Amino acid sequence: MDQFDSVVQLLDSNGSVVANSQFTSTLSQSELLGFYRDMVLVRTLDEQATALQRQGELGLWAPLLGQEAAQIGSARAMQKQDFAFSTYREHGVAWCRGVDPVDMLRFWRGTMHQGWDANHYRDYGYQIIIGAHALHATGYAMGAQLAGRVGSGEAEKDQAVMAYFGDGAMSEGDVNEAFVFAASYQAPVVFFCQNNQWAISEPTRRQSRTPLAQRAVGFGIPGIRVDGNDVIACYEVTEHALHRARSGQGPTLIEAVTYRMGAHTTSDDPTKYQLFSDVELWRERDPIKRLKIYLQTKGILSAELETQLAGEASALAQRMRDECRELPDPKPSSMFDHVYADTDINLEKQRAEVEAILIQSMEN
Amino acid sequence: MAQLSIVHAINQGLRRAMDSDSKILLMGEDIGKLGGVFRVTDGLQKDFGEERVIDSPLAESGIVGTAIGLALYGYRPVVEIQFDGFVFPAFDQIVVQLARMRYRSAGALTLPITIRMPYGGGIGSVEHHSESPEAYFAATPGLRVITCADSNDAYWMIQQAIASDDPVIFLEPKRRYWQKGEVNIEANMSDALNMYSAKVLTQGSDCTVIGYGPTVATCLQAARFAADDGVKLEVIDLRSLSPIDMSTLVESVNKTGRAVLVHEAPGTGGIGGELAARLSQACFYKLEAPVMRVTGYDVPYPPSRIEDDYLPDAERILDAVEKSMNY
Ligand SMILES: Cc1ncc(C[n+]2csc(CCOP(=O)(O)OP(=O)(O)O)c2C)c(N)n1
Repeated sequence: MDQFDSVVQLLDSNGSVVANSQFTSTLSQSELLGFYRDMVLVRTLDEQATALQRQGELGLWAPLLGQEAAQIGSARAMQKQDFAFSTYREHGVAWCRGVDPVDMLRFWRGTMHQGWDANHYRDYGYQIIIGAHALHATGYAMGAQLAGRVGSGEAEKDQAVMAYFGDGAMSEGDVNEAFVFAASYQAPVVFFCQNNQWAISEPTRRQSRTPLAQRAVGFGIPGIRVDGNDVIACYEVTEHALHRARSGQGPTLIEAVTYRMGAHTTSDDPTKYQLFSDVELWRERDPIKRLKIYLQTKGILSAELETQLAGEASALAQRMRDECRELPDPKPSSMFDHVYADTDINLEKQRAEVEAILIQSMEN
Repeated sequence: MAQLSIVHAINQGLRRAMDSDSKILLMGEDIGKLGGVFRVTDGLQKDFGEERVIDSPLAESGIVGTAIGLALYGYRPVVEIQFDGFVFPAFDQIVVQLARMRYRSAGALTLPITIRMPYGGGIGSVEHHSESPEAYFAATPGLRVITCADSNDAYWMIQQAIASDDPVIFLEPKRRYWQKGEVNIEANMSDALNMYSAKVLTQGSDCTVIGYGPTVATCLQAARFAADDGVKLEVIDLRSLSPIDMSTLVESVNKTGRAVLVHEAPGTGGIGGELAARLSQACFYKLEAPVMRVTGYDVPYPPSRIEDDYLPDAERILDAVEKSMNY
């Protein structure tokens, strides 16, 4: 089956507008420029973090290269009161939620398990366990329902939840159970599956014989396939699904068809399983390039703006290099913090032991 | 004899087992073309085909659950769980189904399944990649739990695990994966040390130090430091966490009168507690000091920048030895 069979696309890989019977772009010029800026800066962030890992400053990094449009388009459709549940690859989502890129590095440098305050940004952080958070997202959406924050019609009151995961995650029991719960309670959650064609070395066909979005039907959830490299389509489709959710019409599964242009993580060697020709094919469909062509053709993106953005990108990269190295190591005794809500005598004894060892080693 | 890393030794062990028994299947995530994220199964799919080296969908409960079905049909599945922290979606299938199938069927159903997984910390990775879940499995009747600490054991114990008619959890010390050692590949499996036996690594008269998996190298390091100070440690590699080879341990502790137990997993509810109870009972009149434990602390595995403060090191082992000696 052709990848792009019945896939919602509003901007093709040459930067030309595509007509669609269901969706059209509602975005203003400045919003489109904003998306372009987001994608360029998020790609910079990603390249810089990859470089920092190579230099030994990070333990690991999961690149988002190629998935900028899927993440920016979908996350920009969220409102402040919404909540994002995401995986280790969703740096672009965290970016849209306002998280500082340096805070993202804390996790990968191994200074903190969570580099930002999830409640403040309404972004749950990096989930490593595949699929687990689909249930958390669903439960959170059920909470919004119970709290009466669905279907009130008040723009700033109604809430929806985004659950991000990959094509591999579609096989986990937790994700399928999340579909059951979400459908059963008509919870205001949007499942956003980035089908980047790979779960590490395994192609999507190992997980599914049908397009992933079609699975939704069996659960009683609408499923939509969207061109994941088209930021405009990703925005419009997600906006539509979030609106349904907030207004009490229940969950949606969105499959964003894209491609993982980088390694799975910095520990991975994709040449062992990926075809170079596939990567080349997808390079032609680059999410940033097509929007750039469009914006240039329309006269929205001037050379001046380009230069300005390039300056912003290199400043971001520089700041990440500087501040990453400065991220403080946690105090060893901090490993005993936050294990329980209340004080634990056993742990306090162990904390004292660790502190004594440190004093001893300083004396030696 | 061959010089092999632990990764390579397991690979060779799997290969030899598969050569000798066509019912052996490997199952797991990314074990085929990629050869596993640690390359333990490197080249096996190429040589044994996609039907015997099976890249599974991303679902651990599915992997173990279908392995049970395959075993009921007469196959011998060897399952890879990619990392210690990812075994829990399969926990239900392992603990509730795999462990008790023989018992509940009054011996009619046999599940000769081996579940391999890398475990332990010290590799500087992110959350859920450094866990030590062995106690959960050792506390489950019906499962066997073994772990290797050197290449020769890696090579033979994986073959013994596969040959066993009991379900075996085979724990691989990931931070020692690249440690090289001699492997006696010319031997026969019947000549290799039984996988349920503990192994005395250094003879010593002052204190017995018992470790397993990744901490064995740390115990040996402590023994070298102690030797410089004239203290002779008897280091034992436990190898099997279920069953526990009490006679080897008791013989040693009766001789030294002291025991220090070392593992990365949190102390509370850990293997060390079980050993301490058994040794206290078996060696009560010979013990010169209470049995000591050096373990990970009772916290979730910490961020990697402070994992060295969490993991037992030679210093902490020597402190415990000293405490025991001065008791
Ligand atoms: C429960 C669980 N099993 C296995 C893993 C190891 N693992 C990490 S990422 C990954 C592949 C995920 O693929 P997909 O869901 O498509 O997301 P992608 O990484 O492509 O974004 C695997 C198997 C894990 N993190 N958690």
